[in-house]
Amino acid sequence: MDSYEFHWNVVIDAMPQLLQGAFTTLHVSVLSMLVGIIIAVLLALAKMSNSKIFNIIAGIWIEISRNTPALFQIYMAYFGLGAFGIHLSPYLAVFSALVFVNAGYLAETFRGGFQSIPKTQYSASKSLGMTNFQVYRYVILPQMFRKIYHPMTNQFVWSILMSSLGILVGMNELSGETQRLQSISFRTIEFFMVAAVMYFIITKFVLISANLISKRIFKGDVL
Amino acid sequence: MGMSLFTPLSWNDSGFILTGILNTIYISVVAIVIGTILGLIVGFIRSESNKLINIILGSFLDILRSVPLIIQLILFSTYIGAMGHPLDPFVAGSIILSLYTMAFMSEVFRSGFQSVPNSMQIAARSLGMTYWQTVRYIRIPIGMRAVFPSWLGVALSVIKDSALVSVIGYMELLRTSEQLISRTQQPLTILLGVGLFYFMISYPLSLYGKHVERKMSI
Repeated sequence: MDSYEFHWNVVIDAMPQLLQGAFTTLHVSVLSMLVGIIIAVLLALAKMSNSKIFNIIAGIWIEISRNTPALFQIYMAYFGLGAFGIHLSPYLAVFSALVFVNAGYLAETFRGGFQSIPKTQYSASKSLGMTNFQVYRYVILPQMFRKIYHPMTNQFVWSILMSSLGILVGMNELSGETQRLQSISFRTIEFFMVAAVMYFIITKFVLISANLISKRIFKGDVL
Repeated sequence: MGMSLFTPLSWNDSGFILTGILNTIYISVVAIVIGTILGLIVGFIRSESNKLINIILGSFLDILRSVPLIIQLILFSTYIGAMGHPLDPFVAGSIILSLYTMAFMSEVFRSGFQSVPNSMQIAARSLGMTYWQTVRYIRIPIGMRAVFPSWLGVALSVIKDSALVSVIGYMELLRTSEQLISRTQQPLTILLGVGLFYFMISYPLSLYGKHVERKMSI
């Protein structure tokens, strides 16, 4: 066989399931990002605190998440935790692995963003009579937010792309759903091409909207 | 208990594990080397070209960066197979992983080339250097040194992403361990070993990258 005959009918019929899969992909990425952000704030605070124990715990989390493959983390959550009697569903396994990585990466982003703001600004604001809350609310955090905005967008896109590893543990997000549908119909190429296009559209949509939002909220700011 | 279906991990498995480790290193090095060379060329073309060529090249690179690696691997190896030219998993994996690496490396190198001030080129030209001499002796050495930490970051993520080539049947470390897990039913021990291996490669190199970055920022 030298040429491949494409059959798109099965794929078109399966569109509702594929869209459902795409929704699950977005779902797990958004949730893992939100939980990841909360943990990342705590990790960044722990890393910057004076407590040695907090430093070590945060350091271990951050370094393991950054220096091992995402696939390893998903396998750990799915197969490894079984040794402790914890059996996660595919969704929870992928979700917790993504949270683990997002938290680790974002913690470093937050810490870097925070430390990039000169300490003198803090004293200057205090000398103007601002309260601690005001210093953070009006001086430190707005500048920090500007610095961490794009790394956060990238991390979100990374989560969307990496959630595709759900295919390996039988999760029903876009890749897993594609895998299941192609195994019934044997239209492997058609299904994965459509999945590729859908991922492309999703990531482009996220990146373009993130850019539009940043133009609005950082209007007039010197970046 | 009598005969067990599963056999525990033993020293006899060390050869099998070593093959997995070597295969992971092998495909990572291939992808990093080819991806760096291609990325350097593409990055240079992009920093030198007009808008039209940049848009065309940029959208091709965009596709490589916006479609999950695992989908690219499955799609490519299935398509080549269906066309009647099945490729060895190593070859198919190397091609996709190298292109994927190139997509990220080209951005790194493009910003490297752009970081070299134009006045340096003008100065070099006025000293009688040809265009290619300025590229060879001014822009590549200076521009590439500036982006070394980013290059290292991409290289490290390639080592980690190489685990995905297991999906098209390449026997790298993670696939090796998967097979050992199904035989021994000792997932935790095996996975911890695998994680430790990746960590021992990635962590020292990431520390080195941070060190270089700190030295350069002063």
